[in-house]
Amino acid sequence: MAKLSMTVNGRAVSGEATGNRLLVEFLREDLRMTGTHVGCDTSQCGACVVHVNGKAVKSCTMMAAEADGAEITTIEGIAEPDGTLSRVQQAFQDYHGLQCGFCTPGMVMTATKLLEQNPSPTEAEIRHHLEGNICRCTGYHNIVKAIMAASGQDVSKIAAE
Amino acid sequence: MPKDSGIGAASKRREDVRFLTGTGNYTDDINVYGQTYVYFLRSDVAHGRINNIDTSAAAAMEGVVGIFTGADFEGIGGLPCGWQVTDRFGEAMQEPAHPVLAQGKVRHVGDPIAAVVAESLQQARDAAEAIEVDIEELPAVVDMKAALEEGSAKVHDDLTSNLCYDWGFVEDNKAAVDEAIKNAAHVTTLELVNNRLVANPMEPRVAVGEYNRSNDESTLYTTSQNPHVIRLLMGAFVLGIPEHKLRVVAPDVGGGFGTKIFHYAEEAFVTFAARKLNRPVKWTASRSEAFMSDAHGRDHVTKIELALDADNNFTALRTETYANMGAYLSTFAPSVPTWLHGTLMAGNYKTPLIYVNVKAVFTNTVPVDAYRGAGRPEATYQLERVVDKAARELGVDPIALRRQNFISEFPYATPVAVEYDTGDYFATMDKLEEIADLAGFEARRKESEAKGMLRGLGVNCYIEACGIAPSNLVGQLGARAGLYDAATVRVNATGSISVMVGAHSHGQGHETAFPQVVADMLGIDESMIEIVHGDSSKIPFGMGTYGSRSLAVCGSAMVKATEKIIKKAKKIASHLLEASEGDIELKDGQFTVAGTDKSVAWGDVTLAAYVPHNYPLEDIEPGLEETAFYDPSNFTYPSGAYCCEVELDPETGRVTIERFAAADDFGNVVNPMIVEGQVHGGIGQGIGQALLENCVYDSEGQLLSASYMDYAMPRAEDVPFYVVDHSCATPCTHNPLGVKGCGEAGAIGSPPSVVNAVIDAIQSSGKKDVTHIDMPLSPQRVWAAMQG
Amino acid sequence: MYAFDFEKPTTVADAVAALADDEAQPLSGGQTLIPTLKQRLAMPSKLVSLTGIPEMQGVCKNDAGEVCIGGATPHAVVAAEAAAHYPALAALASNIGDPAVRNRGTIGGSVANNDPAACYPSAVLASGATVVTNNREIAADDYFDGLFMTALEEGEIITEVRFPVPQAANYQKFVQPASRFALVGVFVAKFADGVRVAVTGASNDGVFRWTEAEEALSANFSPDAINGLTVDAGDMIGDLHGTPEYRAHLVGVMTKRAVAAAS
Repeated sequence: MAKLSMTVNGRAVSGEATGNRLLVEFLREDLRMTGTHVGCDTSQCGACVVHVNGKAVKSCTMMAAEADGAEITTIEGIAEPDGTLSRVQQAFQDYHGLQCGFCTPGMVMTATKLLEQNPSPTEAEIRHHLEGNICRCTGYHNIVKAIMAASGQDVSKIAAE
Repeated sequence: MPKDSGIGAASKRREDVRFLTGTGNYTDDINVYGQTYVYFLRSDVAHGRINNIDTSAAAAMEGVVGIFTGADFEGIGGLPCGWQVTDRFGEAMQEPAHPVLAQGKVRHVGDPIAAVVAESLQQARDAAEAIEVDIEELPAVVDMKAALEEGSAKVHDDLTSNLCYDWGFVEDNKAAVDEAIKNAAHVTTLELVNNRLVANPMEPRVAVGEYNRSNDESTLYTTSQNPHVIRLLMGAFVLGIPEHKLRVVAPDVGGGFGTKIFHYAEEAFVTFAARKLNRPVKWTASRSEAFMSDAHGRDHVTKIELALDADNNFTALRTETYANMGAYLSTFAPSVPTWLHGTLMAGNYKTPLIYVNVKAVFTNTVPVDAYRGAGRPEATYQLERVVDKAARELGVDPIALRRQNFISEFPYATPVAVEYDTGDYFATMDKLEEIADLAGFEARRKESEAKGMLRGLGVNCYIEACGIAPSNLVGQLGARAGLYDAATVRVNATGSISVMVGAHSHGQGHETAFPQVVADMLGIDESMIEIVHGDSSKIPFGMGTYGSRSLAVCGSAMVKATEKIIKKAKKIASHLLEASEGDIELKDGQFTVAGTDKSVAWGDVTLAAYVPHNYPLEDIEPGLEETAFYDPSNFTYPSGAYCCEVELDPETGRVTIERFAAADDFGNVVNPMIVEGQVHGGIGQGIGQALLENCVYDSEGQLLSASYMDYAMPRAEDVPFYVVDHSCATPCTHNPLGVKGCGEAGAIGSPPSVVNAVIDAIQSSGKKDVTHIDMPLSPQRVWAAMQG
Repeated sequence: MYAFDFEKPTTVADAVAALADDEAQPLSGGQTLIPTLKQRLAMPSKLVSLTGIPEMQGVCKNDAGEVCIGGATPHAVVAAEAAAHYPALAALASNIGDPAVRNRGTIGGSVANNDPAACYPSAVLASGATVVTNNREIAADDYFDGLFMTALEEGEIITEVRFPVPQAANYQKFVQPASRFALVGVFVAKFADGVRVAVTGASNDGVFRWTEAEEALSANFSPDAINGLTVDAGDMIGDLHGTPEYRAHLVGVMTKRAVAAAS
């Protein structure tokens, strides 16, 4: 067991972890922050994406010990402290970008980073950026639309009949 | 004008807030004090005889709480099958036992051999590796046709063969169909495979079993689409726990698509072991485990023949299908290739003679059961492919050929025993031609060709049947359950409402859409109404959510219960207003005496019901809570027309979906935003089946597509924006909301148009001999077909 | 996963020392290793993380004009920082896996693992790069040794990869639809003294140089130069996603496209 300390959503946390503890296990089981999900075991689905030192990473494919001393943001830390949803979160609700909600934390974390790097991405850029986030419910239509809307683009003409 | 609340409004989903902020409560988020973890040791061979299992070394390992094998389940029920099909000859299907843990033999890769319960998952897994299993490997039964040959190895030694049933429908039509095909002016024949799929909801299955010794009550938290069904099947048929001592909770569930309908061994195991060990037991599937333990879908091999007369009218249809059951009969498996498939073979067409033959086969593979659409996609795919092939053979426009044969008068009784109540197939086709911009296709094709690409356009229609019912009929067809649903509307003293429903929401947005209906009926704000679902201790006995039934069946129950509420509330209001009950009108949450300005508010009436000081106690009981059960008199029949446009790279065979349009008739729509989302998701899965997804076994029964490394899930880049329309609405005639169901349409309606489009693209290059490619139309398959 | 210890040294020397322990294994970005550990396909006693070693990070250009990439540099950093020096390499890095994978996965990890469908080995081989380890320099042509096999010895760490910069280069990846690894990937690099073509994803022997194409392209650097050339399907991988014949065909198509796109 090694001692770990990190900052999660602005709060200093510490704990102990064996060498084989994954970051996602540490978050879900030790910190009981269950918003981050696990949907696969081959690092493809992206339900587990969190931000580590400002970068989107798959928390199921990072050892907890690697995150010692890191600044981590999870889905629980995305909304304002008063509960106001972030623009990405709000757009996902406004444009029905989620159904069962299981992939949603990873989608929001990935999309949030995308818009930091590319404030007005094209449809193709968004779709490419979601390569590592699998959704089984939405057919991606409203996820892509929500991300475009969150970036301030007019989405009223998308697939208009 | 779109409404901003109530029925027809695109109300934003209230459940989204918890999902978007990480505060959902999925089964794996549940941890029970003192819980242990179970790891299942699963077979790595497809077929074998278990000679010995030695758990002694494992049992002595650190942290191990208990180890179980099939021997621990001697005398305990196996997993039951919920549907008994009767074959062509009037005999019941062959129905093998399905033990919770393997007994005597393992029958597919992933079949659980032993279960190790330990203080940690790692300890459980370590100990499982120390179990010594002596398995004598037997020849694997994988190919369905070979499985039926004389001398094939048998999946189940106690059955006469690997044939589950040989079903004919309608058997009395057979001779006439054969005759019509023999005498037809033209017969189009197509042999095809409906590829095996894995449903892959993003949340893997989880089960937590808990036992409370003080009151002898078991609780199972599980990723289920239908907690009451699980309670009934597991309690009554597997573990012998009476309903009042068994609670099944399905909290937030991360997608189902059918595969979370069924009762699984792991659920029974954790409930059983929690009682035995007096410790909570938790199981969380890894994705790899899901691939070899979740029921798979589809997997039909079909020959279809369509007969036409000299004027291109469809005169007869004959199909022969081999349907894979896998190693055991999953909960509803036998019904999928039969009653959910054969009854749909008329499609949108007035073909007078139809005969469907289905041979269901046991193989050494994971059990196959319902997956989004369940039987209806298989029916639609073969029919819409053969119609397209016929049009190409006859040199006629595929849309015109369809239109010529459309059913045009309703109600319409098909030759496969169902009666369509409403529909307008011309209207949806007209709408499709408009929204898909068929007129602009040739110009788009030229643009593609200028880039060295091929472009193709494919169209198909579909009809589906939702809200399977009525119970007395399905009982005759072999269902071992009722197919009604139930709702309890509990009006609280202050006027807020809890609606307890049998339906379960795992992405469908019931928590938002169902209150829209009740709010509309009562004229109160949606936010005053809360839906309660997923807990057998809170909700009435309902059958859950599958088959696009929730609104049509459970929603109807909710309407009936709300009508009872209104009736009683009016009585109370008439007392308060000192008026005749018949003169009371309810509008915008106010009870008014007709023609007067005398009124009393909703909240005053509800308060009176619970604080009955001024109340007609001699006439009516206090309180305001009503339950209704609703058993539909018929299926509902959504229908539509879909169009796909593809671009094909002739050098690599790679297909991209450039445009996709869907015109659906869902009858009335409660929340158009949610309905469109359901269609989008269905189309995404249909495109997945058509281009990407394939669950493959090798000849030894090893699962080759056992993770996302080899099972191709659709990604955002694989699909376009979809143009969807549901304005061509012919309301259902037999349920109170006039709704039909929209959950599966996209998955049913989309695969044929994708394949039709690819064939169109290939043929546009002059390769007219390429008339079919089996799904998925992967680059290598398309390229290989074009080389031929 | 089996139980193991974890160590995160801050110098190459400490990492090498830590790896001297029995069954210790280096952990770079972990994007392949961690899924392998989850399947219990590896049983290390200890993981030695290489991500905390400053000298193994970053992209620079040396006096010889080579682009030098620290062994523990994530793909995303290569994509950003190599773009000005070696655009084709940066483009390759920007298309490995997905954004989250690129933030963790490293060049050293990829090259050390030598997955037959990984992208980087094709760039290393086609560029004639030098694989620098804690105790030697290995020429690309001497480095790759078949599926998952390399010239690396037990405990040896890739500290840097040095890429000569070609006059023109391009990487074309045809993705395997499920894993999104390369079903076939071709890296073409045109140097003053000739063209090098390296193919990943396709062969039973892992990444390889397509010498026939190299000769033809060295004489005439145009897509047409590939006409009539084929790789032997008998050497190609056959699996769910592509027959050997299909892969052999794609090698030709992707090579032509890489030549056409090379700049």
